[in-house]
Amino acid sequence: MNLTLKIWRQKDSKAKGQMVDYKVTEISEHMSFLEMMDVLNEQLVNSGEEPVAFDHDCREGICGMCSMYINGEAHGPDRGITTCQLHMRMFNDGDTITIEPFRAAAFPVIKDLVVDRMAFERIQQAGGYISVNTSGNTQDANNIPISKHAADEAMDAATCIGCGACVASCKNSSAMLFVGAKVSQYALLPQGQVEAADRVQNMVAQMDLEGFGNCTNTGACEVECPKGISLENIARMNREYLSASLKG
Amino acid sequence: MSGILNSSIGRKFAMALSAFFLMIFVLQHFVINLFSVLSPDTFNEISHFMGTFWVIQYVIQPILIIGVIFHFVMGFVLEIKNNKANGVKYAKNNGAANSTWMSRNMIWSGGFILVFLVIHFIDFWIPEINTKYIVGDMSGMHNGEFRYFHELQEKFVPIWRVALYCVGFVFLALHLLHGFDSAFQSVGANNKYTKGLKGFGKAYAIIIPLGFIFIALFHHFNH
Repeated sequence: MNLTLKIWRQKDSKAKGQMVDYKVTEISEHMSFLEMMDVLNEQLVNSGEEPVAFDHDCREGICGMCSMYINGEAHGPDRGITTCQLHMRMFNDGDTITIEPFRAAAFPVIKDLVVDRMAFERIQQAGGYISVNTSGNTQDANNIPISKHAADEAMDAATCIGCGACVASCKNSSAMLFVGAKVSQYALLPQGQVEAADRVQNMVAQMDLEGFGNCTNTGACEVECPKGISLENIARMNREYLSASLKG
Repeated sequence: MSGILNSSIGRKFAMALSAFFLMIFVLQHFVINLFSVLSPDTFNEISHFMGTFWVIQYVIQPILIIGVIFHFVMGFVLEIKNNKANGVKYAKNNGAANSTWMSRNMIWSGGFILVFLVIHFIDFWIPEINTKYIVGDMSGMHNGEFRYFHELQEKFVPIWRVALYCVGFVFLALHLLHGFDSAFQSVGANNKYTKGLKGFGKAYAIIIPLGFIFIALFHHFNH
């Protein structure tokens, strides 16, 4: 198929970016979206132009690096996938595809389609962990009884890969689905409950400090999340936070 | 507890609490107004009680006004903060693919409700305050009978006002279609009852505004 691509080009974090049109031809419908981008970049390199910078790593849908806003949606028009798993069969010959970086004040553009998502790392550092003595006295995890229901819910929350599609899709650039998932995965398990109050307060404080917006419950994050993280996690975070705040 | 309102979750919680309060107020307002259709005498008696009982006048009414102001001010504060968090706008954004129009436009539906409320205050609340507290007439009477039902009917004679009220209630419905569920989510209530609650919320968001529209039209055509 032959396509017209409208791609955000931005030389560096300080430069003013703009949308630039490119043509790509003979794209197979079996290609992944990133392979199509590889074709474009090969074409640009061969013609002496600067290739389009974009994030990618595993190309298996688990690393959360690829981060494109395609035709107005994070990771494109398909559901439950990251950009690397989006296939060209989702598009038609002759289509014009708009490709932009994830937008949020807390995700500044580094170059072209690459954004700085270190804000998520800093939120994790603020409390997204449990304190465990690993000096050889660690007890077997199976010694701690955990209900199947809690284990399943914690696992569902833990599948968040921190790609940032929730922030990119949110009209308020809110990070609450990400933070909600991270708070939940620990709050649901006995090992995480010891530090639950400090964790949620510190992570929410860091989230606010990073400049993410306020959640208005539109649910766009849940729809666009490649791992199907539920809004229940935001509600759980709200409960955890309010409970921790009331206790002081 | 200190500083909770400085956090994003705290602000949403406060917004939800004021929303619950306003939704209860709207429901009782609707029930009272419905009596203007079912029984004008009962409507007069309730209106007189509401307008003269000191607990309602000097305790609940100020709380209501503060609640309304808080909800609007916090709504605009959140909108400004969220716009700041957005950064550069997308060249192409397909919001309809993942969210409802109502959820994305709460600030607009809320803004129109604010305009409607100003008109509603000018129509009913300010004349009532003038009669009771400026003129000093607490009797609620006019020409030997209660004035409330008669005043209500008079207001809905001009078709432009009826049309304006109908538009106002349509925006109230749009606001509630998202706001009802959203308030519960903000206070952390997302559980096995959520599906049923969403159904109840949709019914509330449609039936109450439709009821208000019916009352306005009823008085216009039955004057």
